[in-house]
Amino acid sequence: MTALWAILLRDMRIAVRIGGGALMGVLFFLAVVTLIPFAIGPDQALLRKIGPAILWLGALLASLLGLDRLFAADHEDGSLDLILMGAASLELTVAAKGLAHWITTGLPLVLAVPVLGLLLDLDPLAIGAVALTLLAGTPALTFIGMIGAALAVALRRGGLLLPVLVLPLTVPVLIFGVSAAETAVIGPLMFGTPFLILCALTLMSLVIGPFAAAATLRQGLD
Amino acid sequence: MALIDLANPTRFLNFAERVLPWLVAATLFAFAIGLEQALFVAPDDYQQGATVKIMFLHVPCAWLGMFCWGLMTVAALGTLVWRHPLADVAAKAAAPIGAAFTFLCLFTGSMWGRPMWGTYWQWDARLTSVLVLFIMYLGLIALWRSVEDPGRAGRAAAVLTLVGAVNLPIIKFSVDWWNTLHQPASVFRIGGPTIDKSILVPLFAMAIAFTLLFLTLHLAAMRNEILRRRVRSMQMLRVFADEDMRQIESRA
Repeated sequence: MTALWAILLRDMRIAVRIGGGALMGVLFFLAVVTLIPFAIGPDQALLRKIGPAILWLGALLASLLGLDRLFAADHEDGSLDLILMGAASLELTVAAKGLAHWITTGLPLVLAVPVLGLLLDLDPLAIGAVALTLLAGTPALTFIGMIGAALAVALRRGGLLLPVLVLPLTVPVLIFGVSAAETAVIGPLMFGTPFLILCALTLMSLVIGPFAAAATLRQGLD
Repeated sequence: MALIDLANPTRFLNFAERVLPWLVAATLFAFAIGLEQALFVAPDDYQQGATVKIMFLHVPCAWLGMFCWGLMTVAALGTLVWRHPLADVAAKAAAPIGAAFTFLCLFTGSMWGRPMWGTYWQWDARLTSVLVLFIMYLGLIALWRSVEDPGRAGRAAAVLTLVGAVNLPIIKFSVDWWNTLHQPASVFRIGGPTIDKSILVPLFAMAIAFTLLFLTLHLAAMRNEILRRRVRSMQMLRVFADEDMRQIESRA
């Protein structure tokens, strides 16, 4: 347990220092959300209508951005080999790294939603719904993306390959995230079903992600 | 002959050489019957007219697109768990064929959808999940093409194949979970098929023909992949041998 804590704290510390790029995702999120009104025109009613979808799409793309660094940095300086040889179970270690990655890149996206929601003229209820669904859904994005990150490291390339492999797998998360955020305005009953499915997807990815990523790392780096 | 005997590539090549002509003949025969049944025996639909014939292509292609990923999932287990030496050859050979069948499924579906639904494409649950399947096939092929070492690529692709297999039940049950545009299951369902026999028999004939076609193509592709790997290792040996010769000459 102490080893996992150490890895969690180390990864978070690295992420907030120079070259860590913890807040890059939020900047990218802001840039994407700012671009949308340029593309579709500053129509307030339309923006309000598709606002939750824009925020979800922006968060999905932003969470892809730092993903290739999840294992690549450790692979470059050799600490990944130490982690592989270490006594702690690789699945748990990978999960701890994923958690650190989510805290430093996923959580800031959720926190940025209230500000970006105001830009898109969303009402407070919709902003709350988007923030809540992103809070439930972004861990799934990180932990699914972790499989792609492990593949990219094991294959020693994959900057371009990673999004192609990861994006199709995130489609269910996007579907239920957006539908939960959109139905929140209608009422709690309509909101409940997609939101629970979103939570189920997150829980599933929390299990599948670390196992698949650990298997990939073991296969690729022997 | 047990599956383990075929682990030896030379034995597998012999097996493929012996079986392939029979498979080709069986495929041609099955298509002769299936096409005759589908084009001439099966009646036109009273509402859709002759466009219903597209179904005889569409359904077998959809079934094979999913079957192929299922086969790759088994092969992925073979690669990762049993380390069967031909498992990653089987998976690699299957991916482009599966992608082609999935594309044909989407293409025939949208050709039929234009006159019937009034649109080429609709973001319906089943259509979307099959499109995701198609994109995953392409991603997997891209993964194989981006790594030189076949063993390393095969193991990485195996992990991704297993993860992607989650999509298969989503496709199968999408029409039940989200009752949108695509019609619900009507062949393999609890309580028996809801299609009339005059259509069901030709459909099964075509499905068998397409499955035989898939098996033929897959076996031929596996044989080609094994030969391609042999060529690759021979080329490498030759490069090393030339290098050795040069060193010996320079020393002499």
